[in-house]
Amino acid sequence: MHHIATIMKRELAGYFATPVAYVFILIFLVLAAAFTFYLGGFYERGQADLAPFFTFHPWLYLFLIPAISMRLWAEERRSGTIELLLTQPVTLWQAVLGKFFAAWAFTAAALALTFPIWITVNYLGSPDNGVILAAYLGSLLMAGAFLAVGSCMSALTRNQVIAFILAAVVCFALLLAGFPLVLDAFRAWAPQALVDAVASLSFLTHFEAIARGVLDLRDLLYFGLTMAFFLIATAIVLDARKSE
Amino acid sequence: MIRTERLTKRYDTLTAVDGVGFEARPGEVLGFLGPNGAGKTTTMRMIAGFIAPSEGSASICGHDVERAPLAARAALGYLPEGAPSYGEMSVRGFLEFVASLRGLAGERRRERLGHVLERLALGPVAAQTIDTLSKGFRRRVGIAQAILHDPPVLILDEPTDGLDPNQKHEVRELIGEMAADKTIVVSTHILEEVDAVCTRAIIIANGRIVADDTPQGLAARSRYHNAVTLRLEHAAQFGAARAALEALPQVGSVEAAERELSVTAVPVTGARIFDAVNALAAREGYALKGIELESGRLDEVFRTITA
Repeated sequence: MHHIATIMKRELAGYFATPVAYVFILIFLVLAAAFTFYLGGFYERGQADLAPFFTFHPWLYLFLIPAISMRLWAEERRSGTIELLLTQPVTLWQAVLGKFFAAWAFTAAALALTFPIWITVNYLGSPDNGVILAAYLGSLLMAGAFLAVGSCMSALTRNQVIAFILAAVVCFALLLAGFPLVLDAFRAWAPQALVDAVASLSFLTHFEAIARGVLDLRDLLYFGLTMAFFLIATAIVLDARKSE
Repeated sequence: MIRTERLTKRYDTLTAVDGVGFEARPGEVLGFLGPNGAGKTTTMRMIAGFIAPSEGSASICGHDVERAPLAARAALGYLPEGAPSYGEMSVRGFLEFVASLRGLAGERRRERLGHVLERLALGPVAAQTIDTLSKGFRRRVGIAQAILHDPPVLILDEPTDGLDPNQKHEVRELIGEMAADKTIVVSTHILEEVDAVCTRAIIIANGRIVADDTPQGLAARSRYHNAVTLRLEHAAQFGAARAALEALPQVGSVEAAERELSVTAVPVTGARIFDAVNALAAREGYALKGIELESGRLDEVFRTITA
């Protein structure tokens, strides 16, 4: 635990060593607000909830999360510090988790900074704050799953741009799996079980359930397992390719 | 102490390291020599536990690097090739980070940090971002990181690369000081370094150990071992001296450099000709700027066995 915390602290400090972190948070907040008020029709709907805010999170994350995660391992491999880190008395696991938690904590901070919108909706009406809290939790879990994918893609290459593109593509595929566009194509010929299986792979399906305020264990488990899967994949990829 | 047995690393079609076995004990400074691409760095990476050997094993202070990786790494200080460090951190921040991973705490942590900052003359730049430092400073940050926890075993991959002559001297002195109770392996392709710091040298070529000897022992393999050079004052005596040396018994060959007015007599293998040459010079009355006895040329030995 001690080593995970040490690595996480160093990584987190690294984000704020350059203005990139601040720029990122600013872009995130501006885009979140723009989507909510213009595309989501926050005022026009006349409802005191944050559905228009959370609806766009998957699409926001699609591009912003790979931007956070691309650096995780690609930069360590490019600069050779991976050799320094992994010859310290730490396990590969501690390094993978330490870095992942740093990225997740950073995302959590960005998400927490959207609190003015929560204040706004409480000022305008009386929303169900339980639903909002659940939606925040769902959004954070989904961000973690996106980050785990990004961590794995970043471990694959020394090039941050490639890491970004790979992460965006894989995340896009995981999002689309729950989109009517894909599901309808399956529905035409496949048995319902397969359609459900594809839909159940989707970030979207699980996130929307949580965002409605339904905290189903299966949805939480889904994000937990997705993170575990891609973090294990990160460790396997690193073990095989770290010295290349 | 370091011990490797039949250490081998194979990539798809290439065998980078092929059955390297050696043992290094406390008090030894082992120089790892070889042409670029000979497998020095790969060998060191396997001992440091960064890459897994395809075959064979390595252990540090009795801890197998694959079966007990954390214990082996705890006993090791390692400077990877190119001395990588986190560029966006300050020197002190970086060393604090390594100290935490190394489990240093309290008084000992403060004492060790102070020691390495002072010993590697990093004090004045401690608050500076590593990216802004010169190559020499960055190399020293890498060495500081490696010796921070006072490990019994040190592996330094090209520790003096990029340093100026004064800094090289400093680092060699540091290695010499630490050598008393540590096992140190230094890779280099600077041959003077072997003479300056190493008690033993291993030459590796195409992934195999081709020589394992003391620096003196290696130099003795040179054809210039016990060669004698006369440096003459007058050009008039040059031709005569050359002919006289060629006529001496036990002289295998004579090399003459007319511009420097120097004549080198190379003995047949194993012969000692210094006294004979010295006597000849006195008898013939050569005016000499100097007379030199060579112990051998490492670069020539290096070329002969790695070519």
